[in-house]
Order: sequence, then structure tokens, then C-alpha cells
Amino acid sequence: MKRASPTRQRLSALGLIGVPLLTYPLITLPEGSLAGIPAAYLYLFGVWAGLILIAALVAESKGK
Amino acid sequence: MLSGWFVALLSAAYLALLFAVARFGDARADNGRSIISANVYALSLAVYCTSWTFFGSVGRATSGGLSFLTIYIGPTLMLLCVGTIVKMIRISKTYRITSIADFIASRYGKSQMLAGLVTVIAVIGVVPYIALQLKAVAASLDVLFEQSGHAEIFWGLDSTFLIAVILALFTILFGTRHLDATERHEGMVAAIAFESVVKLVAFMAVGLFVTYGMFGGLGDLFQRATASPELGRLLQMDETRAGTWTTLILLSGLAIILLPRQFQIIVVENVDESHLKRAVWLFPLYLLLINIFVLPLAIGGLVFFDGQGVNPDTFVLTLPLARGAEALALLAFIGGLSAATGMVIVETIALSTMVCNDLAMPLLLRSRWLQLAKRQDLSGLLIGIRRAAIALILLLGYIYFRAAGEAYALVGIGLISFSAVAQFAPVLFGGMYWKQGTRAGAAAGLMAGFIVWLYTLLLPSFAKSGWIGNGFVEQGLFGVEWLKAQALFGLSGMDEISHCLWWSMFANIGSYIVVSLNSTPDAVEASQAERFVDIMRHGRRDADARLWRGKTSLGAVVELLERFLGVARARQQLQAYAETRGHADWRELPADAEFVHFAEVELAGAIGSASARVMVASVVQEEDLGLEEVLDILDEATQVRAYSRELEFKQRELEAATAELREANERLRELDRMKDDFISTVTHELRTPLTSIRALSEMLHEDPRTELTDRKRFLGIIVNEAERLTRLINQILDMAKLESGRAEWTTGEVDIGEVARESMDSLGQLFREKGVALDGDIPAHGPLVLADRDRLTQVMINLLSNAVKFVSGDGGRVSVKVAAEAGRVRVVVADNGPGLTAEECAVIFEKFRQGGNTMTDKPQGTGLGLPISRQIVEYFGGNLWAESRPGEGASFIFTVPLPAPEA
Amino acid sequence: MAHKILIVDDEPNIVISLEFLMKKEGFEVAVATDGEEALAKVAAFNPDLLLLDVMMPKKSGFEVCEALRADPTRSGLLIVMLTAKGRDTEVAKGLAIGADAYVTKPFSTKELVVKVKEMLGVA
Repeated sequence: MKRASPTRQRLSALGLIGVPLLTYPLITLPEGSLAGIPAAYLYLFGVWAGLILIAALVAESKGK
Repeated sequence: MLSGWFVALLSAAYLALLFAVARFGDARADNGRSIISANVYALSLAVYCTSWTFFGSVGRATSGGLSFLTIYIGPTLMLLCVGTIVKMIRISKTYRITSIADFIASRYGKSQMLAGLVTVIAVIGVVPYIALQLKAVAASLDVLFEQSGHAEIFWGLDSTFLIAVILALFTILFGTRHLDATERHEGMVAAIAFESVVKLVAFMAVGLFVTYGMFGGLGDLFQRATASPELGRLLQMDETRAGTWTTLILLSGLAIILLPRQFQIIVVENVDESHLKRAVWLFPLYLLLINIFVLPLAIGGLVFFDGQGVNPDTFVLTLPLARGAEALALLAFIGGLSAATGMVIVETIALSTMVCNDLAMPLLLRSRWLQLAKRQDLSGLLIGIRRAAIALILLLGYIYFRAAGEAYALVGIGLISFSAVAQFAPVLFGGMYWKQGTRAGAAAGLMAGFIVWLYTLLLPSFAKSGWIGNGFVEQGLFGVEWLKAQALFGLSGMDEISHCLWWSMFANIGSYIVVSLNSTPDAVEASQAERFVDIMRHGRRDADARLWRGKTSLGAVVELLERFLGVARARQQLQAYAETRGHADWRELPADAEFVHFAEVELAGAIGSASARVMVASVVQEEDLGLEEVLDILDEATQVRAYSRELEFKQRELEAATAELREANERLRELDRMKDDFISTVTHELRTPLTSIRALSEMLHEDPRTELTDRKRFLGIIVNEAERLTRLINQILDMAKLESGRAEWTTGEVDIGEVARESMDSLGQLFREKGVALDGDIPAHGPLVLADRDRLTQVMINLLSNAVKFVSGDGGRVSVKVAAEAGRVRVVVADNGPGLTAEECAVIFEKFRQGGNTMTDKPQGTGLGLPISRQIVEYFGGNLWAESRPGEGASFIFTVPLPAPEA
Repeated sequence: MAHKILIVDDEPNIVISLEFLMKKEGFEVAVATDGEEALAKVAAFNPDLLLLDVMMPKKSGFEVCEALRADPTRSGLLIVMLTAKGRDTEVAKGLAIGADAYVTKPFSTKELVVKVKEMLGVA
């Protein structure tokens, strides 16, 4: 355990990718709406859910 | 209809259920079958979602649109930095850290001062936050009873005070149920996980009810919002809020770890590092779910209560009640109560631990130490202090609530609290990764950040509540423009939170780094820095043990443990420890450094590292390890490497020195041998003529009848040998002078051509006698050189007489050539004698080496002429050498530099 | 019959004085001026005693001495080393390689004559 395990590195990388995706100015890009739901709302929850999904896949994969 | 009794009973039943869960959890923990699974751990993190989330998010969404999401996106991103959190957990477990104050204090040399400072900041920053929870519960009760016709305060008492009392009792039961004071509370964690589920279910239920029961689904709600220009604004991502958005993500990301209750749950209560892998996605998922219906609820409330002036913070309750869904409203109330309770319990336990270990204990240990020493079992006292601290903190929260009421200071307190605890970030993370951070630096950073926070955020919030004058906000302190509390140094155009965060972090990080770099850590600080930063490297047990040196008795340390942990728990821990060291009974344990370290860590779990250190120091005779020594021990690996490098270097140095010495010695011996040889040679040279002189004169002396011819011959030889002897002595002296540098020189401009001609003239007779031809190729005038005329003549004569000595009388020829060339004069004396081998060309310049092997004219040569000539020429900056091949004659050449042309 | 002495030295004046001295004492004398000549003269002249200088061109006195001592037919030959180098090591070396006596230059003519006569048993 001398070095950060691949899992931890992947998760940290995911966190870093998340920062620009979930802050200005990227979050102003989605415009309009889908089935009456504003695109911004869908985008934020969508990216958020995506991050959680990938984090789950990375964290729960077998082997450290 | 909702009766007060029913609500009270329901609340009591719910709290009892929580308590039962906690008891179950504790019981399982006592049996060694922990119910804290990865899921439970992940759910317990949701203590982050307080009533501020449960009720307040909707309120925020009605004004700020989607910006409430930042408070949950920040933690999501922060949790992904698993490495940092794992490191924090590893450190805390290894050193039995009890709180964030303990963590920071321990890192910076187990400093009671820092522990106290962090505790004070945390209490000041967080107590209003607790007040906010009380207010939320009180407000939700008001809503319930108002709507159900019980407008008057049912209890005849201030209901909020009752809530505070109940929460205090509840917390005491939860957090300090154990008589032994340890840092973990598994039952509490289980209860928190349970209440997290309850509040999520309650909120989702309300969200679904409103969205799909009262309106036509998400699409319908959003379309209504888009239709209204006022509501439509909530759905826009406004560029002007970009700064605030990022600030809030950062702030909430820090808060998820730095809020005392979060540190307690994430770090202190963690039972298994691997649980984090579940939390890293399950907790964000929880946050996502609890936020999905926030905006729909906000829009729904605004649409439904259009213009009725209903407080948006109560939409979660008022919307179901408006549709007569009382059961759902009760569920929402329980959810809100749950959120508030969970927060209050964990926050208060965390704070009370800090207050007890980091404020009360140091004071007690100092002021009443003697009395404490007499008490056998202090674990009861510890529990007592903690309980009192819990009551006190809730009382403070209640007082703040009463004082603040509906004032701004309460509404905005969530982010103000976040900003307060954010001040821990530099010293905490700096301490985990930067060994140079010192106690002085940490104190300076914390103080600077705290003061800026106080001035730019907390005090202005007081001013907005009208408690204090707002002159320092409007006009600046003392009317100084650039001291305006929320536009410090003219920095305006930011929201107050960003403004505070920017300036406080600037002051905090700046002071921390600058003071750290300019202060020297003491030994304990240095060793703690090393331990914290390098925690992930191999077990540091060895180093830990070696970092302590002193004497103690097993009994004294055991007694100390028993007093603070309680006898039963102390013995249990001792036994477990003894087994890890291979002893059947703890009484066999040696009172060595490792044992003392174990005891200190155990004690730290109860009273914090700073106090533990003081206590341990009181029963052992510690030898002070100097800073240097500590660093030496810690840096052993580096040290060993450095040593071996140094050794290698030294060895090389020694080898070089030895080689040099050997060489010098060799040279000396060579010189010695040369000197010896020289003396031996000189002796030989002197004795040889003396031998002839003595032998002949003795014979003449003893036999007067020697024939006249013999007598004449012998006397002739004696005279010659005496002359030779004189010449020899003169030349030896000359040589010695030249070599030692004591020769006298009269240097001046010398016409070298003239010197050559004169020398040839003076030896002309000798050449003519032997019949050797002598000719010269010499310029009429010059060249002029700087030299000693007599010495130069000496060289010339020496070369000419050598030449005449070695050429045969028949056809012998010697020629002299003087010519100026590039910067020097070249003089060649060439003969057509037998010549020399290349080896001889070199050898003849050695002392007493005589050219040729013949007996010819032997007595004439001393073997010193050429060496002397060479010395002379070299003195003038020139060279003298011989060029020859056997049978082709020899040329002796010397050069003398021409004087540099005058400018 | 007179004893035969071979004088070996590269210094002509020393040869002159030794030759005169030994002849005066009634010895039959031959002269060599370097090591090689010395060995040739020993074979031709067959001397009883050698007055041998150490420092000589071509072959040093030591080398001549060694060569003679290696020849068993010359075992009776007496060798007196003459040297101008007075160092003890030289004396020791001379005696070690088989010289019968060692005389340092400058020497007393009287003492040399006494020593030579002693060695030849004519005193």
C-alpha cells in the first residue's frame, strides 16, 4: 500500500473531471427543455448520476 | 385532527425507536459483532443533511433556483478524493484521534493550545447551527399546530426549550452511555443511519405527493414555472452567480469533512477503511435522491400559495397539510425532526468530546491536578464532564435561538458555519502532506482565518440582525473605507460568503505558510509531522517506540489507564495488547517504550492526544529527545543512506588521500634516494682526485729517493687533481645555489650575439690546439635579451668546451648559430662528433652524468656543466636541450625569450 | 717468484699511483681500465690478487667480482675492492659477494701495502 491504489487514483480522477462538468461555464450550455423538463436540470442531475454510477463501478469492482 | 399529545407521543415513540436501534448497535458492538456495515457507514454520512436540508433547501430554491445543489455537489466531488480520507482515517485510528481538534493538535506536537483554539472556533461556528435545528423543529411544530387549530403553545412551556432538553437527554444517553470513555459510538452510528433513511423516505414521499398528486408531474411543474417570468428565472443558470456557485461547491466540499459531526462520522466512527468504497457512491446517491424534488417542491409551493405569504421553508409541511394529507405531514414532521435530531446528537457529541478533552481536561489537569491524582477512577468524571458539556452546548444553542429568533443571523447560519470550519482546511490538509508546517504556523493560520471570518461574516450577520451597529459594514471600521467588513480593501462585487472565504483563506494559508517557514518545530512536533505525513508508509511502530526514551514502572502506567478508562476496560485492553506481544498475562509486560506508546494511544482515545501526553509524562521519567535526535531516528532510512553515501565518500577521500600520501612518500623517498645518491656521488667525485693526490704525495713523502722524472710527473698529477678538485667544489656550490634559488643574478640587456662571439674568442686557443674548426653564423648586432651576461657566457663556454671535448682532432668541426625567431633567440652549438643516442640526449643533463665512455680528458669534466647550464637558461625563461643521432654529431640548442616589444 | 697483482680502475691517475706503489713493493703488476678488460686480463695474466675499483664503465667492480667468484677455477684469487663511495651498504655488499677486503678511497698507501702483503702471506 505504498502507492495510491489504482482504485483511489481513478476515483480522484473522476472527482477532478467532475469539477469542470458541474461548474460554470459548462453548466450554462444546456438550453431548452426535454419533455417539459429544463435541460439545465436534466444536465446537472444527469452528470451527477453519471459520476455516481462510474464511482460505484470503480469502487465496487473486485480487487484493489 | 392532530392533537398535541398525539404529536408528542409520536415524537417520543420515534425517539424511542432510535434509541432502541442505538442500544441494539451497542449491544452488538459489545459482543464483537458490529452492525456497522459499509451501507450503514454510508448512510450515517447523511447526518450531513440536517433540517437545513430538509426544510431549508426548498426555501433556498425559491430564491436561488438550482444553486442549492452546490451544497451537495461539493461533498460528492470531495468524497471522490478517497486517498485523502483514507489517510485521515489511518492516522486517526493509529493514534486514537477523538475529534478534529485532537487531529490538528496531535499533528502539531500534541498542542493543548491548538486543540483549545480549534475547539473554540468549532463551538463558536457550530452552536448557531445547532440553534437552527432547534428553530426548525419549533417552526415545524408551529406549522402543525397552527394548521390543526392548536394555535397556542400547547405545552404551557416554551416548546423549543423542551425540545432542547429532550435532545440533551437523548444525546447524553446516546453518546455517553458507556462508562468507559472511548471515541467510538457504534449504536449512535446505527441510529443515525436509520434516521437518514427515515428523512429520505419522508422527503421523497412529500416530493412524489406534491409532484404527482397535486400537480401533473415534473413536466407539468416546470412548464408552469416557465410560463411565469418570475419562476422562469429559477430555471436559468445565471452567469453572474458563477463565482458563488464555485465557492459553495468548495465550501461544502470542505464542510463534508471538517464539520465536527462529519469528522466524527467519517473519520472517528469509521470501523473499516474499505467501507469508504461504498460511501463514495452511496452517499452521493442519497444526496441526489433527496434533492430531486427540491426544485419541484419550491415551484409547487410558489404556484400553490401564490401571494399568500407562506414561508417557503415550511413548504414540505404546508403543501401536504393544504391538501389535508395529515399523515404525510406527520411523516414530513418526523423526517424533519429526524434530520434535526441526528445533527444535534452527532454535533453535540463531537463538540462535547472536544470541549471535554481539549478545554476542560487541560484546565482540570492544570488547576486541580493534585486532587485528580487522588481520585482512583476518573472515567466517571470524564463521562460527567462530557454530559455537562452536552447540556451546556444545547443550552447555548437554545440561548442563541432565543436571542436570534427570526433574525438573519439564524437563517444564514448554515453557510456561516461552513465558512468557520473551512478555516481548519489549511492546517488539516497541510498537516497531512507538508512536514514543514509547525505549531506556530498552524496557530497563526487558524487565528488569522478565524478573525477574518469573524469580521467579514459573523459580525456582519449580527449587524444585519440589528444586535450591533452596522457602521463597520456600511462605512468600514472607524470609518475607514477599505475596512468595510464585506468589501475588505475595496474587494466588492462578490457575495458575502465568497468574499469571506477569499480573504479568510488568504489570511489563513498565508499566515500558516509564512509562520511555519519561519519557525522551528520542537522534537514532538517534528516527530508528529513525520508520523502524520508518512502514515501510509510501512508500520511506524518501531519508530514510535524508539522516539521515546525514559523510565517507568508497569504499575504506574496501568494505574493511569485504569483511572481514565475504568478498571474493566483498561484490563481488557491491556490483555489484548499483551497477547499481541506474546505474553499470556498483561502483568508480564515490560515497561518499555512500546508499552508506554500503547498506553498513551489508549489514553488519547479517552482524553485526546494532548492531555494523554501530559498524563503519561506525569508517571514516567522521560528523557528529552532533542529535535535533532528525533529527526535522526525518524529519518533513519534516509540517514542510513546518507551515512553510507558519506562513508563511501569518506572512503574515496581516504583512498585518494592515501594514494596522495603514498605518492608524496614515494616522491620523498625518491628525493631522499636522489639526495643520498647525490651525496654519495659527490663523495665519490671528491674522493677520486683526493685518492690520487694522497697516494702520490705519500709516496713522494716517504721515499725521497724517487727519480726526478717520476717526481715531476707525480707533482704534475697532484697539481691537476687539485685543480679538478677546486673546480668540482666550485661547481657543486654553484649548483647548490642555483637549485636553492640563492644564486645572485644581475639581469640586464645582453647582446647575445656578442656573448657568443666573446665566448668563441676566449676558447679559440683550445680549439686551435686540438685542431678543431670553429665557425659562427651570428648577426652583427643583437639580438638583445634580458639576462645575466656572465651566466650566459658560462652557458656558452660550457657548451663550446663540451663540443671540443667530444669531436676528434682530425676534421673536427664546431659551428655556432645565433638567430632570432618568433619571440625568442635560438642559439645552436653543433658538432660533428660521435653523436648521442636519444636516451643519452636526456641523460646527459642529469648531474654527474658524463658524456661518452672514453677516458678522454676525463679529469676535465665534472658532470655538472650541463645541469648548471640548463638551470641558468631556464631561469631566463628559455630551454636547453640536445638533438643528435649516433654518428651524426650533436647539436646543443638553447633559447631565450626576447623581451616583449614595448608598446 | 713475485706475486702478481692486477689493478683495475678507470681513473688514470689512480692507476698510475697504484701501479707505481705495487711495483715498488716488488709485485708483478698488470692494469685494466674497465670491467670487461679486467676479466680478460684475469684470464691472460692470471693474477694472485685484484685491486678492483667499484665505479667503472661497462662492468662495475661488483659485477667483475661476482663473475670471478662464480668461476671455481679462480677460487684462490684474492680480491680487494676499492671504492670512493664510503657507504656501509657498499662495504657490506662488496663483502657479501665474495671480496676478501674492502678499502675506501682515499687510502693510506702504507696500510694498503701492509694489507696486500698480509693477504698474500709475504709479510
